[in-house]
Amino acid sequence: MSSLEIKNLHVAIGEKEIVKGFTLTINSGEVHAVMGPNGTGKSTLSKAIAGHPDYTITSGDVLIDGQSILEQEPDERARAGIFLAFQYPSEIPGVSIANFLRGALQARMAEGEELDASAYYKRLYQKMDLLKIDRKFTSRSVNDGFSGGEKKRCEILQMAMLEPKFALMDETDSGLDIDALRIVADGVNAMRGPTLGVLLITHYQRLLDYIVPDHVHVMYDGRIVKSGDKSLALELEAKGYDWVKKEFAEANAR
Amino acid sequence: MSAPTLTSATDSFVGSFTAEAFARHLAALSSSPAWWLERRRAAYETFASLPLPRRTDESWRFSNVAALTLEGFQVEPAVPAGLFLASPFGPAHLAFVNNQLVAPPSLPREAIERGVVVTTLAEAALTHPDLLRGHFMAQPQKLGSAKYAALHSAFVSDGAFIYIPRGVELATPILVTHAAAGPDAAVFPHTLVIAEENAKATVVDFFVSADASTHFACGANDLYAGHGAQLTYIAAQNWSGTSRSFQFNSTVVRRDARVQSLNLHLGGRQARHESLSQLQAPGAFSEMLALTVADGTQEFDQRTLQIHQAPNTKSDLLYKNALRDQARTIFSGLIVVDPDAQKTDAYQSNRNLMLSEEAEASSLPGLEIQANDVRCTHGATSSRIDPEQEFYLLSRGIGKTAADEMLTFGFFEEVLNRLASDPLHDVLRGLIQTQFKK
Repeated sequence: MSSLEIKNLHVAIGEKEIVKGFTLTINSGEVHAVMGPNGTGKSTLSKAIAGHPDYTITSGDVLIDGQSILEQEPDERARAGIFLAFQYPSEIPGVSIANFLRGALQARMAEGEELDASAYYKRLYQKMDLLKIDRKFTSRSVNDGFSGGEKKRCEILQMAMLEPKFALMDETDSGLDIDALRIVADGVNAMRGPTLGVLLITHYQRLLDYIVPDHVHVMYDGRIVKSGDKSLALELEAKGYDWVKKEFAEANAR
Repeated sequence: MSAPTLTSATDSFVGSFTAEAFARHLAALSSSPAWWLERRRAAYETFASLPLPRRTDESWRFSNVAALTLEGFQVEPAVPAGLFLASPFGPAHLAFVNNQLVAPPSLPREAIERGVVVTTLAEAALTHPDLLRGHFMAQPQKLGSAKYAALHSAFVSDGAFIYIPRGVELATPILVTHAAAGPDAAVFPHTLVIAEENAKATVVDFFVSADASTHFACGANDLYAGHGAQLTYIAAQNWSGTSRSFQFNSTVVRRDARVQSLNLHLGGRQARHESLSQLQAPGAFSEMLALTVADGTQEFDQRTLQIHQAPNTKSDLLYKNALRDQARTIFSGLIVVDPDAQKTDAYQSNRNLMLSEEAEASSLPGLEIQANDVRCTHGATSSRIDPEQEFYLLSRGIGKTAADEMLTFGFFEEVLNRLASDPLHDVLRGLIQTQFKK
């Protein structure tokens, strides 16, 4: 069992502080949903943990099994078990999905070790079938000219192939129609289990109908202001984010 | 050390390639026919009389001319004993080390029976004198390196002679290796390919340093595609990282013939490549491709000329450079359309992928059109790696170098895909990969 500890994390973009003391521990096997209004620092949090160079961690720590990962480069963090499913995945022209994933898996192997190509393709096709991705996609360039839904499915495919310890899923539901959402959710649900911890970032409760979280946290102004179980998401849906903002303002005023 | 100044005596322009060195070189070529010796003498005169390139010369714009030197090289380097050179393309049919053939030419019996000739220039001077005389360095030097081309003509002692007779189609490529070995070795590789009417063949030149010494390579390749011939020419250059190289390509394309050439540039500290395609008769088509991986402080200087001399001719140039570290590339290309070359279809494109903030790519595309019914397109682009793209790759656990390699292959795919042969494609990929595993 692994744990991802985010301890009193502060993150700035340039001079502007966006994440202001975020604390959360995710154990493998758990799915935590982080909800919150736009601009509250949800995406910043996930990118900072993954090591995006534009985001500066000004204080706090992020640890996997007690080891800080903040000194590590983004690729090292990924190999340590972090996977960021992007809200807006980049397009990589000329690099096929098959070669891309092969390179990513090869990067996780010891020097001199070679990936078994036939086993790789077998596994790739199996995961693609599960996510209802046409096998022809393997020779298509990564995300190049993909629809929003295709891009998100491609993210989940990568997650399935790379088998991270912790997945940070940034607004995975955005831009998905209901059918695509169902496919993506089925994919994530299939991966749920004792070896995976998930941080699910979402603006809408809709996604949580399909991926039912163990814990729900409300993020506002750069930190968690409320935590609960899945019923909190429903309460939020009913009352809206203004309820959180109001409560937060009152708490601050006291 | 310092570069000769313009006012110095003529001999300061010759560096190691002195009149005495040339006399010794000639003395060793006693079996060469008189016409060739005479050509060599004339070439030496030209070489010695021409000044070194100047920074202000248009054809050397952006080049680091101050770093060019002719000093400190071994003019007749000895061939190290017992040197075995494996080519990634497979066993070479002709292998030269320091300008000398190191193993007897080998060719499948089938090719020999059909009249294909794969031999040395020295041998061809005796067996095919007219062909050699008519095609060897017979085209004009228009791209700025007349001095170095003359140096090549003066000092070339041997090279590859490949002749594919009328109607003969070869299924497998003819492989040539040109190697330099030992400290400061100067080499003058030459490959001459004549594809007669409706012949079809692929020729591969592999240029390589046998060791990490500094080498000086001044080579040329003459390609001739007769009526309806189809010639594919691959040149892979992997000189040592401290070497200097000059390579002059001349491609003559006759009626309805098609030449596809692909140059892969990997090695050398400073490498200049000049390529001239002459479309001489209707239906001629020259496809000019190049891939360069430049890293460290390497400079790759590419100058091209597509001359359309007849109507209904086509040329298509695509040069792609991937630049890392503080590397520099220069591309200068010109399309010339003669007045009666109507219906010319000419394309020229230079694309640079900047994998580092400090790398520098210069592009000078140009057109000179004297006909009025033509289609000519040219363009150059340099694009930096999008930081979001790079982060995306890193976030999947792919390291910076592997990410660069992946993006480079993504960028090169368009060119590699133009090659019909999958085995050649794979060898070129393998060579490119070595550049990222240093």
